[in-house]
Amino acid sequence: MKLRLQISFLIALSLLAALLAPFGISSKFQLDVLTLIFFTAYLGQSWNILGGYAGQFSFGGVMFFGTGAYTSSILLNTFGLPPIFGIFAAIFMGALLGLLVGYLSFRSGLRGSYFALITLAFAELLRVLANSVEFTGGGVGLFLTYAPGFYNLQFNSPTGFYYFSLILLVISLVIAMWLERSRFGAQLVAIRENEDAAEALGVDTLKCKIYAIMIMGGMGGAAGTFYAQKYLYIDPPISYSIALSVEMLLVTIVGGMGTVFGPLIGSFVLHAVNEIARHFISTPGLSLIVYGFILIVIISYLPNGLVGLFRKTRKSTEDKDA
Amino acid sequence: MFSVTLSLLPAGIINGLMFGAIYALAALGLTLIYGVLHIINFAHGAMLMLALYSAYFLFKILNIDPYVAILIVTPASYIFGYTIYRWGIGKLSGGRDQNILLITLGLSIILENSALFFFTGDQQTITLPYSYESFDLGFLYLSYPKLISFIASLIICVLLWMLMTLTDLGKAIRAVAKERDGARLVGIDVEHVFAVTFGIGVACLGAAGCMLLPIFYVDPYTGNIFVIIAFTIVVLGGMGSIVGALLGGFIIGVTESVGGLLLGESLGQIGISLIFILILIFKPTGIFGSKV
Repeated sequence: MKLRLQISFLIALSLLAALLAPFGISSKFQLDVLTLIFFTAYLGQSWNILGGYAGQFSFGGVMFFGTGAYTSSILLNTFGLPPIFGIFAAIFMGALLGLLVGYLSFRSGLRGSYFALITLAFAELLRVLANSVEFTGGGVGLFLTYAPGFYNLQFNSPTGFYYFSLILLVISLVIAMWLERSRFGAQLVAIRENEDAAEALGVDTLKCKIYAIMIMGGMGGAAGTFYAQKYLYIDPPISYSIALSVEMLLVTIVGGMGTVFGPLIGSFVLHAVNEIARHFISTPGLSLIVYGFILIVIISYLPNGLVGLFRKTRKSTEDKDA
Repeated sequence: MFSVTLSLLPAGIINGLMFGAIYALAALGLTLIYGVLHIINFAHGAMLMLALYSAYFLFKILNIDPYVAILIVTPASYIFGYTIYRWGIGKLSGGRDQNILLITLGLSIILENSALFFFTGDQQTITLPYSYESFDLGFLYLSYPKLISFIASLIICVLLWMLMTLTDLGKAIRAVAKERDGARLVGIDVEHVFAVTFGIGVACLGAAGCMLLPIFYVDPYTGNIFVIIAFTIVVLGGMGSIVGALLGGFIIGVTESVGGLLLGESLGQIGISLIFILILIFKPTGIFGSKV
């Protein structure tokens, strides 16, 4: 009980620090790095819901991000719909894509690597489509006009985007906390641990998995709008980049799958490693070589992610108390 | 307009078959590693890239013809693959599949960026004395490099098939693939077999790299182009099936080439991902759905 209070206190304190950070950090660069950390953690959490809690690995998580980015950007450029509404369209389209992909693949019983691969194929399919059809701007991509304002979800300072990413992050954490406590979350975990047993116990596994991928899709869609409004340019290789799919699963697995704070911790650590490596080594290739080595070391020594490390020590202290 | 396209069709199919054989070779490595170790090797593309660079430097520095270099790069790739699995991936992952995935991912980051650091990001190509000589088929001039690559790929596929079906080693590999613990019980050194399989998988890439170099280019990211193609072939042919990989390679090669002809360069690529999705949904075990 005492521990739980401590954790709640820690969370409240971190949130306060996050809210006040822009007043303490004068460097625009540092604020931008924080924004990126939150954004990646948010995307990681979307992956975590299906991959970490429900145990369904996906290699194509980026497809929801890209589809959301295109949805709100096309609505803005063609119909003049402000992104503050467009982001909801992006969430809707992301969830719809999740429904489609989830229905098609879970319906035919795809599991494990087969499911992971089909998501990769869908992302590739969408990339090729976006590259070929007219209304996405094809290979040229889409340019958005710079017009800062709340309705456009654009801000003239990094602070605005920082708070935007913080809101996204907090929403994703709340969703994960809800999963930890809800019946639906327990059903997802049951599917992860033993799908056949869950089915036998009366869990509608197909429905649960489809719901999970729809939540993932909706979250990814919103992330797409965020990206498009921040960088004002999207094209098929950015929107459906395999690298981003990989980053989503990377931060989550390094941080700890199926945990509330895993993606955030993973995102912090991996970005920190990356920035530090870049700071000390100016040659571009070399810093990523170091990054790759550190990644392998983390995975070899912490098979349950960084959260696992914390859990282990917590368990041993609890044992001592008892 | 359409009749012009149609008249190009036979040429497109032949071209697709030529590339398809090399695709099959790249997929063979993947299907073998997946079929036996049940892991997805994320570093597959990076290792192919490494093979391409090896062949490139053997040609540039020692002036060794890439087709002769097969005899050097393939065994070297085998040793590289065996070593990196036995004392790297296998040890570090503690045998957990999800960790193997991430470690191969880390490995691919290291390999790609090492290539970027040492060889720069420039695209490299080579020209052989016979690069522009071709064989007249009547309706198509087939360049010698493509033809040699095609035949050599077929030979290697047959050799691999013979290794897997006719030798004791092949028997051991298949035993481990089917029943890990059972194989251990009858005295097979499972860790050794895993490393051998990984080595053979990488050796296939070594050969594929040598054959790809004369008709393609190499830069630190070349391998990635072939990874999705290789995955598609593996799924299409059935995970772990050698005959399936060869057939899948041909199907994908022709699909890509004919798709590009009929739908244009950009939309033509859609055939591959479409086949991938359809086969996964309707027949996820692939055409030859055996498990090695």
